[in-house]
Amino acid sequence: MYMQSIHLMQFMLLFSRQGKLRLQKWYVPLSDKERKKISRDLVQTILARKPKMCSFLEWRDLKIVYKRYASLYFCCAVEDQDNELITLEIIHRYVELLDKYFGSVCELDIIFNFEKAYFILDEFLLGGEAQETSKKNVLKAIEQADLLQEEAEAPRSVLEEIGLT
Amino acid sequence: MSPSVPLQEMIRAIRSARTQCEERGVIQRECAAIRAQFRQADNGGRSHNLAKLLYVHMLGYPAHFGQMECVRMIASPRYSEKRVGYLGAMMLLDEKQDASLLITNSIKNDLSHSNQYVQSLALCTLACMGSAEMCRDLAPEIDRLLRASNSYIKKKAALCAVHIVRKVHELGELFVPAARSLLSEKNHGVLHGAVVLIIELCEQNPETLERFRKTVPDLVQIMKGLVLSGYSPEHDVAGISDPFLQVSLDPWDQIAACVCDAVQVATNTDSTKTVGNAVLYETVLTVLDIKSESGLRVLAVNILGRFLLNNDRNIRYIAMTSLQKIVGTDHNAVQRHRGTIVDCLKDQDASVKRRALELSLALVSASNIRSMMKELLLFLSSCPPELRAHAASGIFNAAERYAPSQRWHIDTMLHVLITAGGDVRDETVPNLIQLITNASELHCYTVHKLYRALLLDISQQSLVQVACWCIGEYGDLLLKGDCQETEPVQVTEDDALDALETVLQSHMSSPATRGFALTATMKLSTRITDNVDRIRSIVSIYGSCIDVELQQRAVEYNALFRKYDHMRAAVLERMPVIEKNSPGHTNGESTGEAVKDVPTAKMKQGEPLLLQHEDRSDHPPGPAVDCLVSGLSVHAAGTAGGDLLDLLGGFEPAELSPGEPLSVTHTHTHTLV
Repeated sequence: MYMQSIHLMQFMLLFSRQGKLRLQKWYVPLSDKERKKISRDLVQTILARKPKMCSFLEWRDLKIVYKRYASLYFCCAVEDQDNELITLEIIHRYVELLDKYFGSVCELDIIFNFEKAYFILDEFLLGGEAQETSKKNVLKAIEQADLLQEEAEAPRSVLEEIGLT
Repeated sequence: MSPSVPLQEMIRAIRSARTQCEERGVIQRECAAIRAQFRQADNGGRSHNLAKLLYVHMLGYPAHFGQMECVRMIASPRYSEKRVGYLGAMMLLDEKQDASLLITNSIKNDLSHSNQYVQSLALCTLACMGSAEMCRDLAPEIDRLLRASNSYIKKKAALCAVHIVRKVHELGELFVPAARSLLSEKNHGVLHGAVVLIIELCEQNPETLERFRKTVPDLVQIMKGLVLSGYSPEHDVAGISDPFLQVSLDPWDQIAACVCDAVQVATNTDSTKTVGNAVLYETVLTVLDIKSESGLRVLAVNILGRFLLNNDRNIRYIAMTSLQKIVGTDHNAVQRHRGTIVDCLKDQDASVKRRALELSLALVSASNIRSMMKELLLFLSSCPPELRAHAASGIFNAAERYAPSQRWHIDTMLHVLITAGGDVRDETVPNLIQLITNASELHCYTVHKLYRALLLDISQQSLVQVACWCIGEYGDLLLKGDCQETEPVQVTEDDALDALETVLQSHMSSPATRGFALTATMKLSTRITDNVDRIRSIVSIYGSCIDVELQQRAVEYNALFRKYDHMRAAVLERMPVIEKNSPGHTNGESTGEAVKDVPTAKMKQGEPLLLQHEDRSDHPPGPAVDCLVSGLSVHAAGTAGGDLLDLLGGFEPAELSPGEPLSVTHTHTHTLV
């Protein structure tokens, strides 16, 4: 087929320099055991690479695009026909979003607010494809959703607390 | 927004654990508390509990007891609980599990929720983990959303539809009309989603492609608008308007004129930033993918050539990847960049090196073989270990196809064996031997060179095997001393035997290598004059060797010395040229003479016995050695040497006339020389 799909991201992993997973988003159906094995193997492979090396590598039948930002590795697995440079851009855009949201984001932010990191990712990528190219729009949507969440968690009356209403 | 305090406290507690054991303890306690909470009726902290569980899951601990809680949370009316519930579903459930079906109904309801953020949660989850059944159930809903909702939802629905189409191809038909109408939207997100959807639809079904062909001019308009318009701050990435949309539109420019336009603009695109390069790269990929005219292709290759000179390693890497794909079709265009590619062989990065190696091997031709081989051999001596086997076999193939002369060919193969002998494939040894036998005027040169290499290093098994074979076979030439091609070195019989004995006794030699050495020693017995006794003693020592293969050979050779001494000269005579059954084997000095079918006949004759031999040994010896051994065993079977036959076992005491092996060795003496 002479046309290629834009992007078929299979998964995205964020992990620390010690190999601890900080975020894992899977866009293909795999069992827990398979996911663990893939994560373990891939993390080892990437951690073994030297600093100045290429951001792209071939691993099993996938292309891996990764970049290190401070103490975190951002790693995406895409299919063979994809444009790797765009994937790098996607990673960078995600980091920019996190940075804007948390204000000078660092690994600790992602550890203690991991669910927020997922929400932001889900507002930026859908099914492995970029859904919104405007940073402003993504952040605006997240803001609105957060407001909605706060309203839902608003302090309840004493009666509600003890389960009488 | 308020952080989830209970969650953060737990995370802190886990992180402060000093040992793995302590951490496990903390987690077990927390999980027990979470489980208890799940069992309780509705309480305020449900979302926090689930979030805690998800964190624990990310650390690698089991969390399947949270699956039903996710299902329950998704059905809750509270947004905060839905949000975490859907997140949990995406993390803990996958389509292979039955629990995932339970959320189908919730998703269906949420897709028509009044609040777009709830709708968004449902769409996201469906696109992430929707199984085929779920997709079938919910496709009509998605179609509805594609037509009648705000742009925020439309863009998500479009990508959700992409997932559905990938899972269930037949549903593609359903989305075609909606997809087409989406193209008239202004919102970039929606456009992007629409284009991705259309591409996916066309990929699944080529007929759909025809129907969308009419929309190409519209798409070109969109692209032109993007590219030529000024600065659009919100979509901009470093000054280049909406690269993502540009990239997604590229595969559509099928009409040559439009593509020309695009490339014109692309070449003016700022390529100093990665983003600009990404767009350029996509254009190049498109041009190379579609059947564009040659002018355009050359332009694309030139862009790739520019990439090759870029400082950024990533850019060089992808340039080589693309060049690899077209090196078959646009060979000449790629040849122009050969110099740069060869330079990349010296790059520090292993991925870049690998790409450069592949490309270099593809660019080798008859005209550049000498210079390329120099570079490749240089590369081999310093390349990373994981690439060596590949490099060695690539070099062999190239040498075989384009060798300008036999001597060059032999030199190259020897060089590879000396540098990377441990990484070459097994058939290299017989191949090289076959090559050497074919180059009869170089026998003297070859054996001298190999002898010298052997003196320097006996650890590379392939090299040692070939060297032993040659010394055995051409020992007389070695001892003669004078050779036009290299400086004469005086080699005495003792020297030669010393070399072979060192190999025999070294712990570095593999059993196969020792077999080669022993046979070579034996062959020397007819090529030397003074030290036959020494050979006899070596051979008899190995008659009690622990290695069964060696022992058997030694015993056979002993027999050759004792009872069949009159046969020895004939059996150990110089071997005829071995024929290789490979087509396309060119050699600079091929005489074109038809080589007689010698070894095949010999093989056929010796076949049953050969098989027996192979059964006994663990490693297949080269054809040369096989022939010799089979010759011996055919012979040994011919007479009534009762005691020996017991030892050798398995030989049929056939009524073969003693003369037979002789005729086999003599009749087809090759006359190429």
